[in-house]
Amino acid sequence: MPLSKWLISPPMRMKIAAVFSLALLIGVSCGTDQKNPVEEETPDSQLAAPAGSLSIFAAVSLTEAFEEIGKAYEKKNPGAKVSFNFAGSSSLASQLEQGAKADIFASADEVTMQSLNEKGLISDRPRVFAKNTMQILVAKGNPKNIKTVTDLARKDLVVVLADPAVPAGRYAQEVLNKASVKVTPKSLELDVRAVVAKIDLGEADAGIVYTTDIKSSSKVAGVKIPLEHNVQARYPIAVLKTSLDIKGSEKFVGYLLSVNGQAILKKHGFDTT
Amino acid sequence: MFGLLAALCVVFLAVPLMGLLTQIPWDSVRSELGNRDVASALKLSLLTSLFATVLAAVLGIPLAWVLARVQFRGKSFVRSLAILPMVMPPVVAGLALLLAFGRNGLIGKGLTKIGLTIPFTTTAVVIAEAFVAMPFLILAVEAALRSSQTIQTEEAAASLGASPSRRLLDITLPMSKAALAAGLVLCWARALGEFGATITFAGNLPAITRTMPIAVYVALERRPQSAIVLGSILLVVSFLVLFVLRDRWFRAQA
Repeated sequence: MPLSKWLISPPMRMKIAAVFSLALLIGVSCGTDQKNPVEEETPDSQLAAPAGSLSIFAAVSLTEAFEEIGKAYEKKNPGAKVSFNFAGSSSLASQLEQGAKADIFASADEVTMQSLNEKGLISDRPRVFAKNTMQILVAKGNPKNIKTVTDLARKDLVVVLADPAVPAGRYAQEVLNKASVKVTPKSLELDVRAVVAKIDLGEADAGIVYTTDIKSSSKVAGVKIPLEHNVQARYPIAVLKTSLDIKGSEKFVGYLLSVNGQAILKKHGFDTT
Repeated sequence: MFGLLAALCVVFLAVPLMGLLTQIPWDSVRSELGNRDVASALKLSLLTSLFATVLAAVLGIPLAWVLARVQFRGKSFVRSLAILPMVMPPVVAGLALLLAFGRNGLIGKGLTKIGLTIPFTTTAVVIAEAFVAMPFLILAVEAALRSSQTIQTEEAAASLGASPSRRLLDITLPMSKAALAAGLVLCWARALGEFGATITFAGNLPAITRTMPIAVYVALERRPQSAIVLGSILLVVSFLVLFVLRDRWFRAQA
């Protein structure tokens, strides 16, 4: 092969040289950033060894409660780290089915948990750790004067619900069925917090969400749904088979079920077991 | 070396598609295609992406012309503004649209007073798609109109006494045809695949705002197998259009 084929034109050479020296520069500056590698590494590895980091996939309605529980857990167990992935339960379940790695899964309904269990992804029996009910979500001060589930059928209202693909959507449908009310929603949002967002932004007048979602925004208020029309959402949690730290995961679940964990859940409006 | 990297690039682009296409549950394709919800999502997607492309062309081509041919202060600001939706996270685009055209939005508030509500309508889908897809058209057309070859030919024609309309029809348009076509097709394909801005601004309701990408997302949560079928349908449609149209136009140009 002729050598000339591998020769590079001078301007090209300049560019390549520039790229390489830039890369070198970045490499060097990264190196100097760590001032005392020996000193820094020791405490880090010591801390990481006993507990490690837990990855928790949790229903979006658990966001605030779990973030607080995570902090409390980390405080109680120095060195332990928990990170959360909050989304619609069904969306998380399909991520897990497709091979996403996590230690713990907390679902907003037992159906979703059951489907993961049937696929052999769960390492132990799911345990119900919290209960929730549904409320009607309206703008703060209830300007449209919405009092009952029946009001949601009013023609002057923009109602949004969660899509029946997610637990909150199924629960909302159950509430409407129990009250024999037919509602024409303007949108079926992909998770329950998107329903809150649409009402928070003033684009919708009402929705049906978890009682605990109401506190997630300061611009909304809840209207209670009577017991006979309400449903009870049960939240199961389980350690996943993919977990690299089953012991640590069980410890977190244990904390969640302990008096301290349950107290935080209660503070965020969940009914505890 | 370059050939190897290029081949690697093709593999990188093709493998996810193969992943999708090899997993198609063929026995359920027919029933999915006959499914009313799928048919309505596909119809809605084709319709809204077409309208979005028309809207983008009506507004975007004049702007591309101005950016290419007119000197004015703040031009680079306007150009950045025109390209911004392309790099902005679609969810942010949707939120911005909501805060502009929503019931409490900058413009939406006035519109609501005269009885026009945009969020949660098919119009909102078209607006979201056009907003996100328009930069593809503007970029392509502006580059073509700035080509020095085109400008020189126009000048030559002008010096020979050709009228402005004659120059536009006989020189500018034929010489930028390929870029215009490529821009339109890219714009349409981007509109067809729009998800984030649509779900945020227009919501999700069958036959009104549930486009194919949203239908795929919803299906993934309920019936993953049908998500594969829906996703493949969407890909086949856009691939066919990209392949057939672009190939034809580029050959015509050469």
